Amino acid sequence: MTAAAVDTAPAAVPTGLARGRGGGGPAPKRIVVAYGFWIFILSDMVMFSAMFAAYAVLYGNTAGGPTGAELFNIRNVFLETLCLLFSSYTCGLGALSAERRDPTRFLIFAALTFLLGTAFLVIEVTEFSGMVEKGAGPTRSAFLSAFFTLVGTHGVHVASGLIALIYLVAQVVVKGLHPAILRRLLCWSLFWHALDIVWVGVFTLVYLLRA
Amino acid sequence: MASSLQEGLLDPQGPIASAERLLLINSTAIMLVVVVPVIVATFAFAWWYRSSNQRASRDLSESYEERVEFVVWSIPALTVILLSGVIWIGSHQLDPRARISGTSDPLRVDVVALDWKWLFIYPDQGIATVNQLVVPAGTPVEFRLTSATVMNSFFVPQLGSQIYTMGGMITHLSLLADKPGEYPGLSANFSGDGFSEMRFVVRSTAAGEFNAWLGEARSSGSALDDAAYAELSKPSKAVPPATYRSVDPKLFDHIVDRTATGRDTTGMVHQGGG
Amino acid sequence: MLGKLTWEAIPFGEPLPIVSGAIVGLTILAVLGIVTVKGWWPYLWREWLTSVDHKRIGVMYVCLGLVMLLRGFSDAIMMRTQQAIAIGPSQGYLPPEHFDQVFSAHGTIMIFFVAMPLVIGLMNFVVPLQLGIRDVAFPVLNSVSLWLTATGALLINMSLVIGNFARTGWWAYPPLSELAFSPDVGVDYYLWSLQISGIGTLLTGINFVTTILKMRAPGMNYFRMPIFCWTALASSLLIVAAFPVLTATFVMLLLDRYLGMHFFTNDAGGSQMMYVNLFWAWGHPEVYILILPAFGIYSEVVATFSGKALFSYRSMVWATLGICVLSFMVWLHHFFTMGAGANVNAFFGIMSSIIAVPTGVKVFNWLFTMFRGRIVFTTPMLFAVGFIVTFVIGGLTGVLLAVPPVDFVLHNSAFLVAHFHNVIIGGVIFGALAGIHYWFPKAFGFTLDERLGHASFWCWLVGFYLAFTPLYVLGLMGMTRRLQHIADPSWRPLLLVAEAGAIVILCGILCQIAQIYVSIRTRERRLDLTGDPWDGRTLEWSTTSPPPAYNFAVLPRVETIDAFWHMKRTRQPAQQRAYKAIEMPRNSPAGFITAFFAVLMGFALIWHIWWMAILGFLAAIAVVLVAGWSVEREQEISAAEIAQMERAR
Repeated sequence: MTAAAVDTAPAAVPTGLARGRGGGGPAPKRIVVAYGFWIFILSDMVMFSAMFAAYAVLYGNTAGGPTGAELFNIRNVFLETLCLLFSSYTCGLGALSAERRDPTRFLIFAALTFLLGTAFLVIEVTEFSGMVEKGAGPTRSAFLSAFFTLVGTHGVHVASGLIALIYLVAQVVVKGLHPAILRRLLCWSLFWHALDIVWVGVFTLVYLLRA
Repeated sequence: MASSLQEGLLDPQGPIASAERLLLINSTAIMLVVVVPVIVATFAFAWWYRSSNQRASRDLSESYEERVEFVVWSIPALTVILLSGVIWIGSHQLDPRARISGTSDPLRVDVVALDWKWLFIYPDQGIATVNQLVVPAGTPVEFRLTSATVMNSFFVPQLGSQIYTMGGMITHLSLLADKPGEYPGLSANFSGDGFSEMRFVVRSTAAGEFNAWLGEARSSGSALDDAAYAELSKPSKAVPPATYRSVDPKLFDHIVDRTATGRDTTGMVHQGGG
Repeated sequence: MLGKLTWEAIPFGEPLPIVSGAIVGLTILAVLGIVTVKGWWPYLWREWLTSVDHKRIGVMYVCLGLVMLLRGFSDAIMMRTQQAIAIGPSQGYLPPEHFDQVFSAHGTIMIFFVAMPLVIGLMNFVVPLQLGIRDVAFPVLNSVSLWLTATGALLINMSLVIGNFARTGWWAYPPLSELAFSPDVGVDYYLWSLQISGIGTLLTGINFVTTILKMRAPGMNYFRMPIFCWTALASSLLIVAAFPVLTATFVMLLLDRYLGMHFFTNDAGGSQMMYVNLFWAWGHPEVYILILPAFGIYSEVVATFSGKALFSYRSMVWATLGICVLSFMVWLHHFFTMGAGANVNAFFGIMSSIIAVPTGVKVFNWLFTMFRGRIVFTTPMLFAVGFIVTFVIGGLTGVLLAVPPVDFVLHNSAFLVAHFHNVIIGGVIFGALAGIHYWFPKAFGFTLDERLGHASFWCWLVGFYLAFTPLYVLGLMGMTRRLQHIADPSWRPLLLVAEAGAIVILCGILCQIAQIYVSIRTRERRLDLTGDPWDGRTLEWSTTSPPPAYNFAVLPRVETIDAFWHMKRTRQPAQQRAYKAIEMPRNSPAGFITAFFAVLMGFALIWHIWWMAILGFLAAIAVVLVAGWSVEREQEISAAEIAQMERAR
């Protein structure tokens, strides 16, 4: 995502005291970058909340079309959830290996994370295409518009996360675990965990409360 | 057609509009108590403490004073507390849905916003009108409102409260005209190219006159059947007032359903080129 | 191949858009021509277009805002003229399909491409200087923000000549903005230009929250921050919390329009009320995104020109934060007439009037800052005093509109139009103009001509009252907003007065243009050699005018509020000049190039030219990836170089 683009903080006063709270002056770059990325994730969460709100409002407006209970296959969704949650775990292990400057382990865990993320997307796309085939596409009713948009936006986030992961892995391979790249990896793992949190919301509100 | 809007809300002609004007005046008065001194003080301070004034006593080090601080928070807070009471009571008394107690039973009128005209259906009388609303003076009128097109707002300034009309949804409003007269009405929410001409007249009549008008309406004009409604609902601007001698009393509900399911509006192109 | 784009999109048959488009086009060509002939491209590219310096970016934002002010204002004068003549039998010179575009473009441009760039530009220029630091947290991102905002502005102006703009008002309420009722590209221009510039704004918000919370000079704790930084922080927090809602809402409307979904349609279960709610859940905080930094400017200006510290700084801070939080709890007052129950309406009415408390506190604090002060009436101070008087009137009418039953008769009326112009012109625009006059010498090293500045102020003030007092009255007489034609001939006199007011404001704008011209011509006489032309209080005045790229050779150490004021009083011995090497970010063309492809993509999406949209999108992403590849993006200025530069100043 924008991890790369945001990583351009100017030099900070290199002092252990600096936390940006007015003690020792501007905080070190690592803190500034992670903090900024946190704010970005927060804003992304706000966007998801608007979409959750839209889903909650339009949830009953099926316009004579199928309801969630008729459409959702909870077993697949559960599998999907497992993939994503487990990918967060491997992502965490990858981040730890990167911190320990162990590129080989990092690459293994990155590959695992990528595979699990891809599996998640494959299941999601299969679910979507099955619904469209049944005539329950996003244009069928306001409920389905909101469903596809909410879940699809999360899917788009996962997909862009995967692309960013390839990009970051390429950077690690070419340049090694440079501090700037470590900052980017930190941002990426924050992003990936945030997607998990959104998915827990989706899983609960959309799939578990479908009746 | 009375094109003049007379004096709008400054010249209310019914209990709702009168109460709203009173509320407007009261709230303004409450706030002027604070606002006028502030404006005067601004001019006074700006004038007196100008740098060229030798007589002004100055204290450039002063930047905080607890008593002043207390006053500074209290004045707006007290004003707002007072106003909050006004808001709470006013909102409940003048709720658009609240019934108005009148001398006679309320008249029911169903209002449909079309592109760009108003359709008024009298379900109990079985007639309909376009761009003119005839009501007996002193009788509360209970409106149910919807739109067969985009969002509009039904508003008769001299009678008071406006309310949105929205496709697939019903809003409610009660109004009353005190005495006979003609009051202009309009759409207060922009709805496209014909918006500025989307005006109508409310004619408030004496009770006897109203019945005479009903008789006349029932015996003249055409019937508002499906074909006539289809024709009427096509976009048109500055439509002259008309009456229909008969109408399906369920037409309003059909319009709400049809708009919500989309048979009527999908593909309807409503704006010209350009 | 070219989607919906054909020759018919260009309105050859209609003189108005073609002529105005031609004027704009020729002006742009003339500017580009001069730049080419004079050989200024390398300078422009190196020093401005690729600059990541917050000061340069701030100046460019303000320029963008001022240029777009001319566009938005010409829309305004067209509307006033139409309403002044299209009365009774006359239909005026603008048919509805033009008039409706004009008022939609006026609102959209004034909010998103005038008020926002002016406010964000001043934040950009001032905040790092006031915080005593060298740049914002993410300088390259800052440049991306600027150029994405410019992209939106460019797209919206393209609609003048190619195709048309939305005819829905600046809120674009569905279902009017849905494909069924607005099948042409107007709404798509609206949506894509705001989506693209909205991303820029969101990134600015993130950037400034991070900058202000994490990057202050040594010793500057929260309650030593200049008040403008507090308001910039509040505004940035609101951006971060509100703009994503707008983005999501527009995504839904775009999906309705492009993929046939049913979020807001009349049929298939769509809910237009949801759009209205979501739109104002962004829209009301947006009002405070604009006005809070303006409050900050007034606070700085009033304190400086009264020669006193801001009265009750702490309550100013709490009032700012209070407004920040409350602004999310009042959105429903934009549609009391939707038919919600009395309890709901009353709740939101009361919440809305509660905002008057912190705002009132601010007004009183400005008054007490002036009280017993030594007031110097420079142009910024005139704007500040004009603001206080005008704003309390706007506040009064605002609270009136927060009383639901009063709103039932004033909603969508000319009274409402007068109210929000009262707070936006009297609040935001006066604030921005005060700020521009106040910080201009800091940015360019010379002051602006005061006589023309005063003339411009009086024109703005008198013009404002002439233009909008009649609208208050007309609103009470039952005139609704957005009327292309007016039925009631008795309104003519008031509408003529309003037209006259617009012309007086035009004189104010002309005075400003003359002022900038005259000031540049006579700059040798008005140089600011001290760096502190107003006897300022905050750190931006402690460096030279204009400041060096690195702002401060040695980061200032802050001991108190109004740090520079106390430094001047305590006459600290000249700081020991032990310069250290400074790392500064390198220039980056990433922002400009990304924006170039964003223009391509936006234009292609508007006209359904899918291949071009995909190409533009991929290219923009590629730019980000290329820009993000390097790990060393700073250049070091050595201590010796700094010492040399500092001696030269």
